[in-house]
Amino acid sequence: MSGEGLTVRGLRVTFDGFTAVDGVDLDILPGDLRFLIGPNGAGKTTLVDAVTGLVRASGSVRFGGEELLGRPVHRVARLGIGRTFQTATVFEELTVLQNLDIAAGAGRGPLTMLRRRKGVPEEVTRALETTGLTALRDRPAGVLAHGQKQWLEIGMLLVKDVRLLLLDEPVAGMSHDEREATGRLLRRISGDRTVVVIEHDMDFMRSFARSVSVLHAGKVLSEGSVAEVQADARVQEVYLGRASEPEAQAAAVPVPEEA
Amino acid sequence: MTVVLNQSFTGISIGAVLLLIALGLTLTFGQMGVINMAHGEFIMAGAYTTYVLQQAVGGAGVSLLVALPLAFLVAGATGALLEWLLIRRLYTRPLDTLLVTWGVSLMLQQLARDVFGAPNVQTTAPDLLTGHITVGGVTLANNRLFILGLALLCVLALTLILRLTPLGRRIRAVVQNRDLAEVSGIATGRVDRTTFFIGSGLAGVAGVALTLVGPIGPTMGTNYIVDAFLVVVVGGIAQLKGAVITAFALGVLQSVLEYSTTVSVAKVVVLVAIVVFLQWRPQGLYTLRTRSLA
Amino acid sequence: MTTTTPPAGKTATKPPVTEPPAPLLERFRVPGAFLLGALLLLGIAPLVLSDFRLNLLAKYLCYAIVAVGVSLAWGRGGLLVLGQGVFFGLGGYAMAMHLKLADAAVTGETLPDFMRLYGTGDALPWWWKPFANPAFALAMTVLLPMAVAALLGFFVFRRRVRGAYFAILSQALAAAFAIWLVGQQATTGGTNGLTDIQGFFGYDLGDPVNQRMVYVIVAAVLLLLMAAARQLFVSRYGELLVAVRDSEERVRFLGYNPANVKLVAYVVAAGMAGLAGALFVPAVGIISPALIGIVPSIGFVIGAAVGGRASLLGAVVGAIAVAWTQSTLSDAYPAAWTYLQGLLFVVAVGFLPGGLASLVTVLRRKRHTHDPATEGAA
Repeated sequence: MSGEGLTVRGLRVTFDGFTAVDGVDLDILPGDLRFLIGPNGAGKTTLVDAVTGLVRASGSVRFGGEELLGRPVHRVARLGIGRTFQTATVFEELTVLQNLDIAAGAGRGPLTMLRRRKGVPEEVTRALETTGLTALRDRPAGVLAHGQKQWLEIGMLLVKDVRLLLLDEPVAGMSHDEREATGRLLRRISGDRTVVVIEHDMDFMRSFARSVSVLHAGKVLSEGSVAEVQADARVQEVYLGRASEPEAQAAAVPVPEEA
Repeated sequence: MTVVLNQSFTGISIGAVLLLIALGLTLTFGQMGVINMAHGEFIMAGAYTTYVLQQAVGGAGVSLLVALPLAFLVAGATGALLEWLLIRRLYTRPLDTLLVTWGVSLMLQQLARDVFGAPNVQTTAPDLLTGHITVGGVTLANNRLFILGLALLCVLALTLILRLTPLGRRIRAVVQNRDLAEVSGIATGRVDRTTFFIGSGLAGVAGVALTLVGPIGPTMGTNYIVDAFLVVVVGGIAQLKGAVITAFALGVLQSVLEYSTTVSVAKVVVLVAIVVFLQWRPQGLYTLRTRSLA
Repeated sequence: MTTTTPPAGKTATKPPVTEPPAPLLERFRVPGAFLLGALLLLGIAPLVLSDFRLNLLAKYLCYAIVAVGVSLAWGRGGLLVLGQGVFFGLGGYAMAMHLKLADAAVTGETLPDFMRLYGTGDALPWWWKPFANPAFALAMTVLLPMAVAALLGFFVFRRRVRGAYFAILSQALAAAFAIWLVGQQATTGGTNGLTDIQGFFGYDLGDPVNQRMVYVIVAAVLLLLMAAARQLFVSRYGELLVAVRDSEERVRFLGYNPANVKLVAYVVAAGMAGLAGALFVPAVGIISPALIGIVPSIGFVIGAAVGGRASLLGAVVGAIAVAWTQSTLSDAYPAAWTYLQGLLFVVAVGFLPGGLASLVTVLRRKRHTHDPATEGAA
C-alpha cells in the first residue's frame, strides 16, 4: 500500500512574491528515516507545510500513489500522513490517554463519538508502550516535561497508524538523554513507516539518519547518506560560507553553528 | 444621477463617522488585539466633554475647537487608566477582555446616567457648520464635510505617527514581536499604555464629531460599537488603509441599501455581505502573513 | 481506519498504573446530584413558592436553559457566543406567533390583535400561516434557531474565522436581528414585540394552575437538557471539543475537521436557546426585540461566567442567581443593578475565570495539597 513512498516533484511555494520553496524534487522510500537539514530559511518547514496542506503550493506531491496538493489539511491527514511542530502542541487540558484517544479516533462514527470512552483502545495501549508514557497516561498533558510532550505528539501519530511522519525539530530543547531516547524511538518507528525529520542538531543527525537531504534557499542542494552529504563541497560552502578559503577545505566535516 | 451622488455622499459621511470610531479600534484591537467594548463609552466621554464645555464656555465654535483636543485627552486618559487597571492583566485572554470591558462599559454608561441624567442632551452646532453647499446639484452638508475632513486628518496624523516617530516604531515593534521588543529595551508596558491612550483618545474625537450629527446620551456608544468592530474585522488588522476602505465601502453600501429598501433590511444585508466577504478573505482586506500555528 | 469500538475491560489487564478514581466516584455522584436537583425543582419549589415566585423561577429557568448551551459552546468549545439572543428570539417568536394565532382563533378573528391595529391589510402574511399548526410551530422553535446557527456557523467556521472575530459576528447578528424586528412593525409587532398572550395550547395562561404547569414543563426541559449536555461533556465528542478549543490546528492534523466539531456545539447551543425562548413566552407572556438584542445577548453569557462557564451546574446556578439578583435589584435600585452587573463581568470574568464553580475546586485542592498527580512533572 505504502509501497511508493513520498514523491515530490517541482514543488514551489511563494509568499507574496517571495519564493520559499523553489522547485524541490524528493524521493523518499518507504521505511526510510530521512533528515532534512539546511540553514535557517532554507524552506524546510515550508516544505513540510506544503506536503501537509497548510500552505498552498504548485508542483506535485504524491504519497502511496495519491496526489496530496490541493487537499485540505484534515484530508491529507486521513491519508495516513502526520506531522509535529517545532513547538510541541498537545492538548494541555486533556490527559495523555485522552490525547491519544482523540488522535486514534478520526474515523469514528457519530454514535461512538457521543458515548463515553470505556477502556483503552488497543492502538493507544501500544503507543503508550512505544513512547514509554504508560505510567503517565492519566496526567494532564500540560504538566508533562518538554521531551515527554514531544513523545506524546509522536505517539498521537502512531495511534493513527500513519505511514508517513513529518517531524519538525523533534529534539530541539531536549536534554542529551532525551535526545538519545528520541533517536531510538525514531529508529523503532521507522521501518514499517516512513519518517522525515527536520533537524538543526548535526550530532543527532549523524547518529540516527539513514539518509539526508540538504536544502538551501528553497532548493535541494545535496542528497544521500550522511557520509556522502558531509563530503559534498557545496554543503560545506553553505554551512561555512567560505568554501573558497583554504581552511574551509580542510574542514572535512561541516560543524554548523546554529544560533 | 443627482440621487446617486447624494446617496453616495450620505454613504461617505456615514463612512467617515464609522472610520473615526474604527480608527481607534485599529490601534487597540488591530495592533494590540484587545477587544475593548468600552470604546463606545470613550466616544460618549468625548461627546459629553463637548457638551460640558459648551455649557461652560458658551460659544459653539470656540467650544468645538477646544473640545477636540480636550476630548482626546479625557477619553485617552480614561482609556489609559482602564488599560493600567484591567486590560494589561488580560493580554493573554482576548475573549475575556471583551466581557470585562463590556462590564466597564455598563458601569460607565450608568455613571453618565447618574451625572448627566438618562435623557439625551444636545449641543448647538457653530453657524459655520449648520449650512450646506451645493456642488453640481449635490447637496453637501457642512457638518458632514467637517466630519469627513476630521476623519481624514486623523488618518493622516495616525499614519505619520506610526511611520515617522520613534513612538510609532516602538508600537510596530511591540505588535510584531512583543518578546523581542522587550529584550531590545523597549518598555512594552509603557508602549501598550500609550497605544491605548491614542486609540481611546481617537474615540473621544469621534465623540466630538458625533455631537454635530446627533444627540448625546449614555448609550450612544453602543449604537456604533458593533459596526465599528465590523469595520476592523473586514478591513484586516495589518494596515490603516484597510479600515479606511472598509468604512467608506460599508457606509456607501448601507446608504444605498437604505435608499432602496429600509434601514432594518439594510443592516441584515450588510451583515450577510460581510459574512460572504469573509469567505473570500477570512482575515480581512489587509493581513500580516506569517508562518505560525495559530 | 481503526477499530471503532475499544475492547471492554482492557483497563483491567493494564500494568499497575494509577487508575483515575474520578469516573467511578462521579458516576454515583452525578445521578445523585441530578436527582437532588429534580427533587428541588419539581418537588420542593412548587410546594413552598407562591404562584408569583414560581412564575419568576420559571423565567429564571428559561435563562438557565440558555446557559446550558452557553456552557457547551463557550465553556467547552471556547466559542464566545455573544448572539444567543437571536436564537432565544427565534424560538420565542415561533412560539408566540402560534399562540397569537390561536388566541385570535378563539375570538373568531383571523389576524392577531396587533395586526388589526397596525395591519397592512386583511391577509395574514404568508410566512405566518404555517405557524397556525401547533406541530409546525413547536418544531420551528428548535429547528429555526438551529438552521440559522448552522448557516452562519458553516460559513464562519469553514473559513476559520474564530476567536474575537466570531464573537463580533455573532454579536452583529443579534444587533441586525433586533433592528430587523423593530423595522417590521406590521408583521412582528415592532418594538412592542408579541405581547398579551392569553392561552397555551388551549390552556388559559391567566389561571395560576396552568402557570404552575408551565413551570413544571420548563423545569423538566431544563433537567432533560442538563442530562443531555452532561452526556455530551463526558463523551468522546466532549473531549474532542476541548481539544479543538486547546489547539484547533492540531486537531486538524489528526484528521478531524474542527469546523464540524465547533458547528455541532454552536448548533446544539442555538437549539437550546430556541427552546428556552419558546418556553419563555408562556411563562412571561411576551417576546420583544428588547429581550434579544446585543445587551440581553451578552447578558446570557454573564450567568454562565459567574457560575463557571466550564461547569454545567455552575453555569445553570449562575444564570439563575444572576437573573434572581437582577429582578430583585433592578426595580428598586436600577442604578445599583447596572453597577453590580458591570462589576460581575469584571470580577467574574477577569479575576475568577472559572467562576464560582472553580472556588469549590480551589478549596478542595487546598485540602489535598499533596496531590501526587501534580508533582514530579517538570
